[in-house]
Amino acid sequence: MGKIIVMTSGKGGVGKTTSSAAFATGLALRGFKTVVIDFDVGLRNLDLVMGCERRVVFDFVNVINGEAKLNQALIKDKRIENLYILPTSQTRDKDALTKEGVERILNELAQEFDYILCDSPAGIERGALMSLYFADHAIIVTNPEVSSVRDSDRILGVLNSRSRRAEQGLEPVTQQLLLTRYDPDRVERGEMLKVDDVLEILAIPLLGVIPESQAVLRASNVGMPVILDEASNAGQAYTDAVARFLGEDVEHRFMSPQKKGLFSRLLGRSA
Amino acid sequence: MSIFNFFRPAPRATAVQAKERLQIVMAHERAGRSGPDYLPMLQQELLSVIAKYVDIDQNKVEVKLDRGGDFSTLEVNIELPSRENGKAGAKPGDADDDLPASKALTNGGIKKRG
Ligand SMILES: Nc1ncnc2c1ncn2[C@@H]1O[C@H](COP(=O)(O)OP(=O)(O)OP(=O)(O)O)[C@@H](O)[C@H]1O
Ligand SMILES: [Mg+2]
Repeated sequence: MGKIIVMTSGKGGVGKTTSSAAFATGLALRGFKTVVIDFDVGLRNLDLVMGCERRVVFDFVNVINGEAKLNQALIKDKRIENLYILPTSQTRDKDALTKEGVERILNELAQEFDYILCDSPAGIERGALMSLYFADHAIIVTNPEVSSVRDSDRILGVLNSRSRRAEQGLEPVTQQLLLTRYDPDRVERGEMLKVDDVLEILAIPLLGVIPESQAVLRASNVGMPVILDEASNAGQAYTDAVARFLGEDVEHRFMSPQKKGLFSRLLGRSA
Repeated sequence: MSIFNFFRPAPRATAVQAKERLQIVMAHERAGRSGPDYLPMLQQELLSVIAKYVDIDQNKVEVKLDRGGDFSTLEVNIELPSRENGKAGAKPGDADDDLPASKALTNGGIKKRG
């Protein structure tokens, strides 16, 4: 039986889709058969970040409504073996996601895949609730910023009270923090919350810290999950996080300012 | 850092303020979340009953549930206005009128087995 993971945050624009694409790719690179599902009905974007936007024919909502078979909607990644994308609809709204429909598709996927990664939309309404309802594990994507931290706490509350596991009194959804867009220079100047501050407030285990990085935009420009940019610090940080998720003990990196030479300091350049 | 900044008191790092503000607001929000669902309703109904007799300030009512090992305590704190404003029509200038302007009626003390 495959494991269901939700990438969630409450707040919008913190890096859920970037992280879903990177994480799904990382799990597939490690040999696990992985599917990543876009739950952001009406605002399809995972396809662009994964670079498969021109291959979308049927979507998640078509499958829920019985208008297409699951196999017809699943897109096999061109670069990586074992990686599949289930895009969402651009034309319907979030009401298209019924609990029964979502459950049926997830059950079907769980027969075939090791990991089912759900990319949640922002907010705490239907789309977000559906993406987390069936989860076994939640990755909470947070930026070191007050509103993001507060919204993450609210989502943790929702996971603990309104997920299937909570409602049925099963083992709770396990939770890990992925702190993204971290800028060690600003942290050092006292302008940004430290990792430890966020951990102290949210009180969940740390999966990884992804630094603020120009590589993320470059990668999304060309439809490549940033984890495939092996030279970038963000890519390496995602690779480490995937290893930790799989139970490996990997030391955290990119959490303190890089020593800059005089030259790059004069130019004011950052990695 | 320039020599001029050196003599100025260092401003409090904004990140420190962010952390403190978050801790305060989230302590509140978590407390509200962990209470049973009937608490807000209970508070609302208690308020409407009391409001029949006394003018009360909605913000001066606190309903709190403390879960203990053997029993839980439901604590109701209502701050009453000074007598003159009461609806019950106590005549001003009544005897023994040395009560403080506002008196807390505390601890409904309803105890129930947890
Ligand atoms: N580590 C990072 N460094 C720099 N930019 C980043 C980083 N992570 C994400 N971004 C940028 O932040 C923006 C939002 O990212 P993304 O779309 O992944 O967020 P999201 O949480 O999925 O948003 P939404 O809530 O709208 O679904 C994008 O422009 C992305 O390139
Ligand atoms: Mg997104």
